[in-house]
Amino acid sequence: MPAVQETVDRVKRIDVDQYRYGFETLIESDKAPKGLSEETVKFISEKKNEPAWMLQWRLEAYRRWLTMTEPTWARVDYPKIDFQDLYYYSAPKPKKTITSLDEIDPEILKTYEKLGIPLREVAMLEGVEPKPGEEDPNRRKIAVDAVFDSVSVATTFKAELKKAGVIFMPISEAIREHPELVQKYLGSVVPTSDNFYATLNSAVFSDGSFVYVPPGVRCPMELSTYFRINERNTGQFERTLIIADKGSYVSYLEGCTAPQRDENQLHAAVVELVAHDDAEIKYSTVQNWYPGNSEGKGGIYNFVTKRGDCRGDRSKISWTQVETGSAITWKYPSCILRGDNSSGEFYSIAISNGYQQVDSGTKMIHLGKNTSSRIISKGIAAGKSQNTYRGLVTAHRKATGARNFTACDSLLIGDKCGAHTVPYIEAKNSSATFEHEATTSKISEDVLFYCIQRGLSQEEAVGLVVNGFVKDVLQQLPMEFAVEAQKLISISLEGSVG
Amino acid sequence: MALLEVKDLKVRVEEREILHGLTLTVNEGEIHAIMGPNGSGKSTLSHVIAGKPGYEVTDGQILFKGEDLLEMAPEERAAKGVFLAFQYPVEIPGVTTMNFLRTALNAQRKARGESELMVPDFLKKVREVSKSLNIPQDMLKRGVNVGFSGGEKKRNEVLQMALFEPSLCILDEMDSGLDIDALRIAADGVNALHSPKRAMVVITHYQRLLNYIVPDIVHVMSKGRVVKSGGKELAQELEESGYAQFEDAA
Repeated sequence: MPAVQETVDRVKRIDVDQYRYGFETLIESDKAPKGLSEETVKFISEKKNEPAWMLQWRLEAYRRWLTMTEPTWARVDYPKIDFQDLYYYSAPKPKKTITSLDEIDPEILKTYEKLGIPLREVAMLEGVEPKPGEEDPNRRKIAVDAVFDSVSVATTFKAELKKAGVIFMPISEAIREHPELVQKYLGSVVPTSDNFYATLNSAVFSDGSFVYVPPGVRCPMELSTYFRINERNTGQFERTLIIADKGSYVSYLEGCTAPQRDENQLHAAVVELVAHDDAEIKYSTVQNWYPGNSEGKGGIYNFVTKRGDCRGDRSKISWTQVETGSAITWKYPSCILRGDNSSGEFYSIAISNGYQQVDSGTKMIHLGKNTSSRIISKGIAAGKSQNTYRGLVTAHRKATGARNFTACDSLLIGDKCGAHTVPYIEAKNSSATFEHEATTSKISEDVLFYCIQRGLSQEEAVGLVVNGFVKDVLQQLPMEFAVEAQKLISISLEGSVG
Repeated sequence: MALLEVKDLKVRVEEREILHGLTLTVNEGEIHAIMGPNGSGKSTLSHVIAGKPGYEVTDGQILFKGEDLLEMAPEERAAKGVFLAFQYPVEIPGVTTMNFLRTALNAQRKARGESELMVPDFLKKVREVSKSLNIPQDMLKRGVNVGFSGGEKKRNEVLQMALFEPSLCILDEMDSGLDIDALRIAADGVNALHSPKRAMVVITHYQRLLNYIVPDIVHVMSKGRVVKSGGKELAQELEESGYAQFEDAA
C-alpha cells in the first residue's frame, strides 16, 4: 500500500507551519495574579465593575467547583491540569472605555486584520451609509464582537442593530446595562453546578457576547464573535448568552484562533441559548484553536459546554460546527427540546490530525410532545489523532411522538489514527422513533488513484474527496463561512498528504 | 516517432514478477486490442502505464512521445495525454460529476501551463461534449458515479475521455458488467472519439467488444508477455480456438 505509506509519511510532516494563525501580538496586558482563589474571582468581578449579585453568583460557583472533580469519561488523554498555574484574567492595556474602533490598540486591530476579520467597519459604526451604487450587494453585513484574551475589544454595527431592537454587546456590559435580562437567563440553561468546567467558567468568566432579539424580530444581519487567546498561560473562559424571544430569528457565528505555544492553554467556555415560542437560533462555529506541533506539544485544551433550550413551542435551535483545531476537544453542543413541536439540529465536521484528540458530539433531550431532532456528524481522522463521536438521544416519558435521525460518518486517512462512535439512545415511551446510522470508511487507494489519473495531485484528490464527504454539513453554514470552512478543511489536512 | 513504446518491460507486485519483458509499440491513430486470459498481465500493463502505485518496474522502459513515462508522476502523465478508462470506475459521494470534471480539467490545464477555464466556458464545453455523446445533463449533477448503472459509469468514462482530449486512451475491460445495448452505446462513444491523432488501446477478454470497436492490431498476452500479434482476424481466431494454444508459447 505505497500510497497509504506516503500519506502516513506526509502526515508525519504535519507541523506548526501549517497553522497560519500562530503569531503572537505584543501588547501590554493587565493580568490577575496567577492561580485561582476567592480573591481571583473578586478581582475579575471588580475589574468588570460588576454588581454585587453577580459577584455572589460567581462565588457560589467557585465554592461549588472546589467540591467537584474533573470528568474522566471522555476518550482523551492529557496530563493533569494545574489550575493554580494559570492566569484567569488578562486584558489588553491601556484599559479605558472604548467608544470607537479608533481608540483600540492598533496592534490588536492588526491582529484581527491578519485573521481576515472585518472589524474596521468604522464608517458603519459612525452611521455613514455607503453611497448609492457603492455598496456591494453580494456582501452581507456581519456584526462582529471581538474578544481578545479576556475582554471584548470591539463590537461593530451597534447602532444599526439598536434600530432593530437587537441587543448585541459584550456580556460584561450587559450585566451592567441589562441586569434584568442577564439575571433571568444566565445559568438557566447551563446551571452553575452543571459540570466541572462549566462551574469553573461560572466563577471566572471574563467576557463573551450577549444577544437578545425581541419578539417578532428577524435579526437584520449575521452576528459574529471572534475569540483570540494571546497571553501566555492564560485560560480563556468566555460566556455567551443568546436569547431569541417569541417569533424571532438570529444567526450567530463564532470563530476562534490562538498563537502557537509550547505549553497548553486552557479554554473552557459556556454558551447558553434560549429560544421562546416560534423562535429560531442558528449557531455556527468554526473552531481553529492551535492544535499543537508535530510531537503533540502545545495546543489548546478545549473544554466547552454549549447548550440550547428550546423553551417555547415550535422553537428551533440548530448547531453547526467545523472543528479543526485544539489539542483536546471536549464538546457536546446540545438541545433541550422542552417546547411542544420544537426541533433541534446538530451538524458537525470534526477534523483531527497530528496528535489531536477529539471527543465531541451532541445531546438531544426530548421533553415536549412531537419534538424532532436531527444529527449529522462527519468525523475525519488523519495522522495519529483520535476522533470520537459521543452522542445522547433521549425521549422523556411524556415526550410522545419524539423523532430523531442520526447519521455519523467517519473517514480515516492513513492507518495510525482512530475513529470511534459512542451513541447513547434512550426512549422512555413507546411512540418515539429513533434512527441511527453510522459508517466508517477509509479514503481508498482506488478513489485517490482515480482522481490522480484524471490529473489531480494527491493533495487535491484528498481535498476533493473530503469536501464531498462533508458537503451535507458545509451546506448548513452561512455562505461566507462555508467558503472559509472549506479552505480551512484543506489547510488542516495539508499536512496529511502530498 | 511512436506515440507509445513499451520496451522489454518487467514488473513486480509484492516480489512476484507479473510482466516478464513486454514489448509494445503504438502509433498515433491506431487502435490496438490486447487480449488474453485472466492473470496474463493485461490490467497490470494498463496500471503501470497510468502510474498506479504498488507496481515495481525492475527492467525495461516506457516512452510516451519520446519521453520517459516512468519518470513522471501519474497526474503528470494524465496532463500529457494518457487516459485510462477504468474497469470499475469509483464512486465519489458528495462531489458532483460537473465539479469533478472541472477540477480535473483545470488541474490538467494548469499542469500544461494553460489558463484555467472559467465556469461559463467550461459549462459551454461540457454541454457540447455531453450532447454529442447523448449524455443527459442530469447525470452531471449527480455525485461522481454514485448510483450510476454499469452503462452510465462507462459513459462517464467516455465523457471524460472526450473532455480531456488525451492522445492515448487505454480502455481496461470496458465490456465488463455491460449488457449488449450498454456496450454498443459505450463503443459508439469510443468510436466517435477515434481520430488520426489519438490512439486507443482496448484491453479485453472477449472478442465481442471488437465487433463494435474494430482494431487495427490485435495482441495476445499470456503469462506476462505478448505472444502473438496480428490483424483483426486474430481476435476471431481466438474466439474460436481459445487461449489454450498460447499457454505453451509463453
